[in-house]
Amino acid sequence: MELVSPGIGLIFWMTLAFGLVLWLLSKYAWKPIMKSLHEREASIDKALHEADKAREEMKHLIFSNEQLLNQAKEERDEILKKGREIKEKLIEDAKQKAGEEAARIVESAKESIQNEKMAAMVDLKNQIAQLSIEIAEKLLGHELSDPQKQKELVDKLIKEAKLN
Amino acid sequence: MSKHFYKKSGFLKNFLLLSGIVIFLVFQALASNLQQHETTLQEQSATHETGTHKEKFNAGEMIIEHIVDNHEWHILNLGNFHLTIPLPVILWYDGKLHTFMSSKFHSGRDQYEGFGISKEKENKGKIVRVNQKKYHAEGVIERDKAQEMPLDFSITKTVLAIFMSLALMTWLFISIANTYNKREGKSPKGIQSVLEPIILFIRDDIAKPSIGAKKYEKYMPFLLTLFFFIFLNNLIGLIPFFPGGANVTGNIAVTMVLALFTFVITTFSANKQYWVHIVNAPGVPWWLKFPVPLMPIVELIGVFTKPFVLMVRLFANITAGHIIVLGFISLIFIFGEMYAGLGYVMSILSIAFAIFMNLLELLVAFIQAYVFTLLSALYFGMATEEHH
Repeated sequence: MELVSPGIGLIFWMTLAFGLVLWLLSKYAWKPIMKSLHEREASIDKALHEADKAREEMKHLIFSNEQLLNQAKEERDEILKKGREIKEKLIEDAKQKAGEEAARIVESAKESIQNEKMAAMVDLKNQIAQLSIEIAEKLLGHELSDPQKQKELVDKLIKEAKLN
Repeated sequence: MSKHFYKKSGFLKNFLLLSGIVIFLVFQALASNLQQHETTLQEQSATHETGTHKEKFNAGEMIIEHIVDNHEWHILNLGNFHLTIPLPVILWYDGKLHTFMSSKFHSGRDQYEGFGISKEKENKGKIVRVNQKKYHAEGVIERDKAQEMPLDFSITKTVLAIFMSLALMTWLFISIANTYNKREGKSPKGIQSVLEPIILFIRDDIAKPSIGAKKYEKYMPFLLTLFFFIFLNNLIGLIPFFPGGANVTGNIAVTMVLALFTFVITTFSANKQYWVHIVNAPGVPWWLKFPVPLMPIVELIGVFTKPFVLMVRLFANITAGHIIVLGFISLIFIFGEMYAGLGYVMSILSIAFAIFMNLLELLVAFIQAYVFTLLSALYFGMATEEHH
């Protein structure tokens, strides 16, 4: 029976002692312990939060750097593209000019050749006329004695002259 | 790697050494007990001329003696030498305070100032007013039925064990609190790092989920004190010799006080909703409340059964564990009485089982402390719950 019948003395001392220790520990142990645990957790939380923030900032920084780099790259490409265009245009222009010049030269060459040719032709005609006159002088001097022959000669001369 | 391994093997060596010492001590205690038992038997046969009456080893009596409270702290017997700590007896009787040391009783053989330790079945082990007529005539200490029982406020074995464990707790946690103050914001060190996970476990896994993150802080001191008191005393109760050996958490008065603390705190922190829930439980058909208030009665009984169950659970678990271990030890003597050699063979088996039970009890020590604390926290949570 004693096993399951609580004694008054034990209840009294247990209540007293446990109550006292509960009060003592609440005041001098649990309060500071819970407080410093809480503080430590808060500081860890804060540190983690700050690290997160720093990481975020880092990300931002990297992002802006990349943006800057991309911009620079774009600008460079733009400049290169423009340069290439200018170069092509210059070459094109030069080519065109050269072609025009060449054409002009050829044209003038042709013209001068024509002129020369005409002049040569005139000269040739003059010389032929001269020669013809000479030949005619000679023939006249030689064959005007025979009227038949004279007529033949004139015909022949006319025929020849038309061929020219 | 090698250092780690060395450390591990060092631990193993220490563990083996320790268990070796423990087993040696247990054997020695058993041997001295056996010896003592034999001497008492011899004495008895010497005193009783007939010699036919032999006191048999009574396992039940021995076990009960080991788990109930006592007015003196018996440490060991070596032959006829008894090492016992006498404890103060404080009695309130007839409007007068009587204080003296329990050694005056001479282990229950004598009376003092008219008081003695009863041997009757009904009041066994309790201090009673002695029937003087019978004592002087036959030398028997028996309760004087005409007289009232004195109120016994003695510092018994259990009370002393409570004081010692509470003193240990107070010192331990106040010194840890100082460490916290000194090492502010730093990682825990030493014993602090052993106990901090438990404190955090009680806070994060017991108090917060059961009571709620807003209100739990108010109950933390009680829950922590409760948990460590039960856990520490469960562990100390497993040590078979002084300063252990007292059955604190297996004493119904102790568990009753702990449960009463939980009950009182629950009742005083209860909000309106808690009482409304008892008188008029929502979601219950009206005919269960009127005209016969069946549900309110059930709920009201529930208010009292909750702490009652807390009390019985802890008491029964710890006491049962002790009874089993003591039962295994008793087997040695029961078999030893039949035939001495059998006792020695049995001792090997019994010790093996007792070691196994002790390991199990280590687990139970934690689980019971956890369950008591968790249920207390749940009751506080119920009492302070808001509308959902």
